[in-house]
Amino acid sequence: MNSWITTNVWLIPTAPIVASLLILAFGKAARRAAAAVAILGQIVALTISIFAFVPTLQTHGFRAIQNFTWFTFGEQTLRIGFVLDPLAAAMLLMITLVGLCIFVFSIGYMAEDKNFYRFFAYLSFFSGAMLGVVVANSLLLLFVFWDLVGLASFLLIGFWIERPSAAAAAKKAFITTRIGDMGFFLGILWLYHRSGTLLFYDGGRGCLEPIALSAIGSSVTLIALLIFCGAIGKSGQFPLHVWLPDAMEGPTPVSALIHAATMVAAGVFLVARVYPIFAVGAINGVTTSLTIVVWIGVITGLMAALIAVAQFDIKRILAYSTVSQLGLMMVSLGVGGVAAGIMHLLAHGFFKALLFLGAGSVIHGVHHEQDIRKMRGLRKLMPVTFATYAIGMMALSGVPFFFSGGWTKEEILHATSSWPRSHLPHYSILIGVILTALYMTRQIIYVFFGNRRAASEHAPESPSVMTLPLIVLAVCAVFFSIVLTPAWPWLESYLTGHAAHFEPRLLIQPMILVSLALVGAGVSIGIWIYRRADETDPLQHAQPALFRFLENKMWIDEIYDRTVIAFSKILARLSDWMDRHVWDGLVQDIGRIGQFFGRVTTSADERVINAGVDESTSGAQGLGRLMSRWHSGQIQTYLGAVALGMLALVLLYAWLG
Amino acid sequence: MVGLISIVILIPLAGAIALYIGQPKNARTVALIFNALSAFYAAMLWQKFDVTASGLQIVERHAWIPSIAAEYLVGVDGLSLLLVLLTSLVFPFAFSAQRLERGACALMLVMQAALYGTFTAQNFVLWFLFYEMTLVPAFLLIKIYGGENRDYAAVKFFVYTFLGSIAMLLAFLGIYLAKGTFDFAALAGLGKTGLLGGKLQWLAFAGIFLGLAVKVPLFPFHTWLPDAYQTAPTGVSMVLTGALSKMGVYGFIRLLVPLFPNEIKIAGPWLLALVICSIVLAPLAAWAQRDLKRMVAYLSISHLGYCLLGLFAITAGSTSSLIDMHAALSGVFLQIFNHGLTAAALFYFVGLLEQRRGLRGIDDFGGLMQRTPLLCGWMSVAMFSSLGLPGLNGFVGEFLIFKGSFATAASFTAIAVLGLLFTAVTFMRAMQALFSGPLAESCSGFSDIVRGEKFVIVPVTVLMFAIGISPQFLFNIFNATVVQMARLFA
Repeated sequence: MNSWITTNVWLIPTAPIVASLLILAFGKAARRAAAAVAILGQIVALTISIFAFVPTLQTHGFRAIQNFTWFTFGEQTLRIGFVLDPLAAAMLLMITLVGLCIFVFSIGYMAEDKNFYRFFAYLSFFSGAMLGVVVANSLLLLFVFWDLVGLASFLLIGFWIERPSAAAAAKKAFITTRIGDMGFFLGILWLYHRSGTLLFYDGGRGCLEPIALSAIGSSVTLIALLIFCGAIGKSGQFPLHVWLPDAMEGPTPVSALIHAATMVAAGVFLVARVYPIFAVGAINGVTTSLTIVVWIGVITGLMAALIAVAQFDIKRILAYSTVSQLGLMMVSLGVGGVAAGIMHLLAHGFFKALLFLGAGSVIHGVHHEQDIRKMRGLRKLMPVTFATYAIGMMALSGVPFFFSGGWTKEEILHATSSWPRSHLPHYSILIGVILTALYMTRQIIYVFFGNRRAASEHAPESPSVMTLPLIVLAVCAVFFSIVLTPAWPWLESYLTGHAAHFEPRLLIQPMILVSLALVGAGVSIGIWIYRRADETDPLQHAQPALFRFLENKMWIDEIYDRTVIAFSKILARLSDWMDRHVWDGLVQDIGRIGQFFGRVTTSADERVINAGVDESTSGAQGLGRLMSRWHSGQIQTYLGAVALGMLALVLLYAWLG
Repeated sequence: MVGLISIVILIPLAGAIALYIGQPKNARTVALIFNALSAFYAAMLWQKFDVTASGLQIVERHAWIPSIAAEYLVGVDGLSLLLVLLTSLVFPFAFSAQRLERGACALMLVMQAALYGTFTAQNFVLWFLFYEMTLVPAFLLIKIYGGENRDYAAVKFFVYTFLGSIAMLLAFLGIYLAKGTFDFAALAGLGKTGLLGGKLQWLAFAGIFLGLAVKVPLFPFHTWLPDAYQTAPTGVSMVLTGALSKMGVYGFIRLLVPLFPNEIKIAGPWLLALVICSIVLAPLAAWAQRDLKRMVAYLSISHLGYCLLGLFAITAGSTSSLIDMHAALSGVFLQIFNHGLTAAALFYFVGLLEQRRGLRGIDDFGGLMQRTPLLCGWMSVAMFSSLGLPGLNGFVGEFLIFKGSFATAASFTAIAVLGLLFTAVTFMRAMQALFSGPLAESCSGFSDIVRGEKFVIVPVTVLMFAIGISPQFLFNIFNATVVQMARLFA
């Protein structure tokens, strides 16, 4: 079994993609079958992922690679491949499991949609592309799947294409991430040029292995940063985060998929995957490229957490929370806590999917109202949704001991506290923890507590096809903690390739108490502020200017609109104008000069030469009449002439040859 | 004895004559039959072609006009064969795009024959004859069958390209007078030592460069193209972009670079700068277009720019390593084929929209996804192929070109990446305007893809995927030629 799986890792991304193609080909006729095929594809991927997980458990630092030639150009070959290691295996399990929950949830959520089958085709494709990113053993192959993830997100964000806002959001997502991808692409070219290979691992010759890394030389920092551009785009880091909140235009299961299992996870995963490139020449685990990763993460994390406090759309709050959490993961990766960052990514995958699906359940219940001010008091009406949502909220806030997010945040705090460059990232994360607890408390109070509003008057609990995935994810969000605790840091050891030891005394650590205090502070401040929340946010009362600044997302979209986008549009118009008037103008001027000379010669002809020639024209007129028949404008005549000419040439050739 | 290549050249001519004499009712069917025949013989050519051997194959050589060293010399290497196959593919595709009159069909067939000739001729006189022979039918097709503004566009197209051709002809006459040969292989062998010497050498370089730059077209000699492509009937636009534009790139590879290696090195940065303008400014201009055909035309300029980027990067800069040479050349060849396929497909889809709507402004449509999901879906595939999405054909060629160019022209390559971005922006805007939002009233009577159209679209799309996923079958055609040319250019 173990040897079988190491050569068949490619089946994992293939299964959902095949399912997607099948649905696209036949799905229109069979709605139910479409969902069944998609879920089957996902189950197959999950099953194989479990098989793939087994060998990585048995050996510490397990890594199986399977490389092959994609094509031969000239006398060179381009090789790509698949890899299975703990990082990939853990991601595979999370993606397939979370994906499966989302798929099942979608059956209920999208039941009314007329393009039901297409939705499942896109979902499957999305999941398959993301699985491909994870198992790729070549930066090029990773980029291929990376772009397919981008395509899938484009299709899904714009799924309700008849809404102009959805189409605009899809376009924005595609273009914004592509801006990052351009940097990524250049990084790939540069890396390929320097190291001569794009394979990650190739028996010592891969680009992540010491020989190639030392061959890259001084350009390694820039290469790493260019690759990071791709991660900035995909993982919604500042300054390319603007697409992610807009991506809420897609159906809620899509948001769950984008924010938990796929897409945004890709950027963090990418940094973790090519970490050796970032870490070349590290002193105390610090390099220039990693430092930049840290600061980008810090800015993103704080900015998004602040914006989240002032949003009213239930999904947008979660979206900014995702941006903020991704910033946190980047900080963790940057300070050297790769395992901590990935652990948070995995844990985040579970509870963020839970929160989004919970939000979806709420939205479904209140008839597609998304403004939290218009919901209120749903606690009694939607008990399952409320309970699971509360679990998700506590996991996201990082409540220690019982919730996965608490442990992983504690790990990240641990990693940042020992970063030699600066303590600012550490403190910013502490602030982030408070803010997260604050805005999640605010959201819970608005949605589930207080007096019911019109929209929430008759909100039914969602059907079990939707609540069941919620329960599964809630269980995951809680029980995932078991492998995360410092007393038995199994997952960390697994990711770093060490054996885990059970040491209960490590369970209580100062950092845990710190984060407990911070979360407690955040929640209590939240309850205190929002205890009497109504239509207007209490913070809006207290600080109208600041609130407006945050509510409008710091006007970053507007700034982009007026600068980069406006500038490019002007550039496009200018380019068109230059084409018509400068380049073509030159051509036309030259043409006019030609015409002028033509006129000069004509008049010279008529006045000087013609007079003498008039006498002899009568003969020429006959010829002219003959010629004018040729200029009849009849295509047959022209064609005849062409044919005759060709015939003459052929004859000439036959005669001479 | 008439050789295989001559047969391939003669079949479309025979078709044109048959259309002229026979005056059949359904001219398009007849033309398609002749297309099938020539495609069959082109396939035989492929089958007979030894992919492991470098150099010319299946050569036919006959004395023609010995006094000026003109020979009937045709043969194929990997590049020629690739272009012959592309031509065989693009023409039936173009014929199926719309019902053309008998005369137009015949002119198209004449153009096809001339293209086969251009891509296989190995002697300048013969090559030039074929090269110019494409011009007349193209001119007439635009002038007679074109849309609005056709007289202006046709005359501009003709005069512009013809002037370029004259410049090229004069340059070659100069070379002939100095060296006494018109044979491509012989001239390429002489290229390194300099053909003329001194100022004349530069004059000849400029003449040939101008002729080819107009043909490709390379910025800033491109302004005839949007007018011509815009006004030509769909099928003709497809052929112009799919096959005809390749003559210029082919000329650069076959003539300019081998004949003037030293001049290319000196002029290199300037040439690359022009290429970058093509790559970056053309999609920017495309973004500003309202006419869909004009938009595709501008993007076409950009995509041909990638071909020249790869070619000039490895020949203009400092010496490239072997892998970069091979990457760039393979990428260029692949891009030639891909562009032919994808750009033709884009024009085809614009044609489908125009047939249904009668207009083709980007704002004349809206919400098509609700009415014609299949049309939107297939058209999106062509668009994504054009913007270089991995998994489709465009990506592989572009990646290799960029890979090969990066080593010697890193800064130019870095700027060129912007072209990829602007192309994406242009297509995203088009998709948003055409497919999304509420269904426009004027589009509510549209029919989705019909069976006949499916017959055309599916094979083309399958080919796009095949090249994107497993391009080896195309690489096999020209790998030996790539190795040989890399040696020649090194």
